Amino acid sequence: MQFLASLIDGLLLGFVYGLAAMGLTLIWGVMSVINLAHGAVMALGMFGTYLMFTYLGVNPYLALLGVAGLGLLLGFLMYTVAVHRIINAPHLSSLLATFAVNLIIVGVGTAVFTTSPHNVDFSMGSLSLGRIILPPTRLLAALAAVGFTAALYLFLCFTRPGKAIRAVANNRTAAELMGIPSAQVLALSFGLGTMLAMVAGGLIATFFPFTILSGGPYELKSFVICVLGGLGQPLGALVGGLILGGLEGLIPIFMPVSWVPVVEFGLFVLVLLIRPNGLLGAK
Amino acid sequence: MRPKSLVGLVVAVILVMAKIMWADADTSKTRTVVIGFTASQTGKLNVEGTRQINGLNLWIEQVNAAGGIKLPDGTVIKVAAKFYDDESSKSRVQELYTKLINQDRADFLISPYSSGLADAAAVIAQQYNRIMITAGAASDSTHKKGYTVVYQTYTPASRYLTGAVDLLAGLDPKAQKIAIVYEKDKFCTDVVNSLTSYAKQQGLQVVLFEGYDSGTTDFAPFINKIPAKVDAVMGGGHFADTSTLARQLYEKKVNTKMIALLVAPPEDQFAELGDAALGVIGPSQWEPLVAYTPEAANSLNIAWIGPKAGDFIARYRSKYKEEPTYHSAGGYVAGLLLEKAINQSGSTATAKVKEVLDHLDIMSFYGRLRFDQTPAGHGLQVGHDMVYIQWQQDAQGKLVKQLVWPEAVKTAAAQPIKAR
Repeated sequence: MQFLASLIDGLLLGFVYGLAAMGLTLIWGVMSVINLAHGAVMALGMFGTYLMFTYLGVNPYLALLGVAGLGLLLGFLMYTVAVHRIINAPHLSSLLATFAVNLIIVGVGTAVFTTSPHNVDFSMGSLSLGRIILPPTRLLAALAAVGFTAALYLFLCFTRPGKAIRAVANNRTAAELMGIPSAQVLALSFGLGTMLAMVAGGLIATFFPFTILSGGPYELKSFVICVLGGLGQPLGALVGGLILGGLEGLIPIFMPVSWVPVVEFGLFVLVLLIRPNGLLGAK
Repeated sequence: MRPKSLVGLVVAVILVMAKIMWADADTSKTRTVVIGFTASQTGKLNVEGTRQINGLNLWIEQVNAAGGIKLPDGTVIKVAAKFYDDESSKSRVQELYTKLINQDRADFLISPYSSGLADAAAVIAQQYNRIMITAGAASDSTHKKGYTVVYQTYTPASRYLTGAVDLLAGLDPKAQKIAIVYEKDKFCTDVVNSLTSYAKQQGLQVVLFEGYDSGTTDFAPFINKIPAKVDAVMGGGHFADTSTLARQLYEKKVNTKMIALLVAPPEDQFAELGDAALGVIGPSQWEPLVAYTPEAANSLNIAWIGPKAGDFIARYRSKYKEEPTYHSAGGYVAGLLLEKAINQSGSTATAKVKEVLDHLDIMSFYGRLRFDQTPAGHGLQVGHDMVYIQWQQDAQGKLVKQLVWPEAVKTAAAQPIKAR
């Protein structure tokens, strides 16, 4: 029973990890930029949900729509201000630019919200499935993550802008020659990546307390997930998230919980050595 | 110049200098001592740290409003506070205490809240030979390093949760199994190590002993490891993580007779957890319900210092618009201790104040205070005792705090946790 309960807990969390990593991998896949502001953006998503719930009385799951919209706008802004000018520069430039954005968000966030823990005080009790007891907030978060993933998949496959994103990710020069405005497509991709990170943060806020610094650990997990699933592979991110969540659930059954990061990062190194393009990446 | 004129000139100079020195001596009748400390105004210790500083600031305000500390030679000592935000970070503490001593010329120090931060500050206090009162730090180990100028106001960690084992025996004499989930920091590790030894001495079996990192938010992996039919869950850490642990224990419907957790339960804010708070027990250094009185001090033949509990509570409530907790009382009492020691020694010199503190045995609204004088545990608090609170429902179903242990001060009998 402990095995099943731990596995379900881990997998539910894994869906949210996957959603967060999807934002990171989308930006990498389309424009080869590693977004070091990813964790800080997730923390902004947490505060977005918190502020809408606490001060406007909006249901936290409805607030996610607002958070998603803000995420899209923030992504456009970040792309325009920090990324667009260095999009063709060496990787170090984009790393530094996004790290600078990270520092700005954390600095302003600390001044405004302090680093004291905040909490979206929205409890839905417990849900019993036989002898397995789940907080419904985690179940809803997993469902919302699946919903956003499906929407992203439909957007990328069946809409004109989505197809343009895939074209630019595949070959930017060829896409430009076909008349696709790559600057707008890159801005849209960065906006979508930021939106996914903020929504993932908003979902996490419904069951864990958080501070402006809380995005850091999730950013690290997102890197591990991207490597597991394959950088640039949105579906791989979801699979990677589920693997990581499952491991986080199961490892504590066999060893102390403090060993979880050791196994996670050990796996990270192992995948880099054996299959550097990730489990779903091209060979 | 003729010799007579020279003598006259020297006499005149001496008279003028004597006059100036006399004037100086007159103005030195009023002096200001600087009390230096860091306040965890931000970071994970923000809640407890702010209350501790509130208590200390109330003492400073009151002692200055009463005209300062009056020494037997007529000198009046005014108190000034100098503090910085340590962001709940150990790395900031040592830098800031060094600054407080060297740049701000702090005469006495009050520790930051928490054993980890106080331990970091104690190194600096000892290095510069400044007396430090550790206002919110219960770890025993700080006082087993040979420090000679660090004095503890809290009951040490080794006696923090041992009473919960006795309480469990009272609730269910057949209780056998306890699970311990704790924050892996200095204070909590000291607490649970002593708890484990004591529980085993009492014939209990520790079926789970797992530590979590500071800042942990997901307790599901720990809760899933708690075996069925465990009699008690004990441990926790500080306010944020302990509250989250209590909430997730409830959401996961962990059924046990007792949940005893550190730091968070005595806080009024803990009641915001609603049903998750019901039945949770917490050790407290002091509660407004506990009444230590001058009469009790008389019966022990020791001195009473400071206001009665009712006065302290009323003044604190009036200034901060909230109920004082043991963190607030700890901050206030740290100031009272310095006041008593300065007053009794008639000096602000470290050696003289230390001499008084070493031999102090007094009682205030906070309880009895006495320090270990042996080199092996110098400054450890040996006079003060813990109390235990439990969140129970009153007749209207509202959550209320009750004192449930020790027997002598309890306001209600302890109740087992209701089936979840």
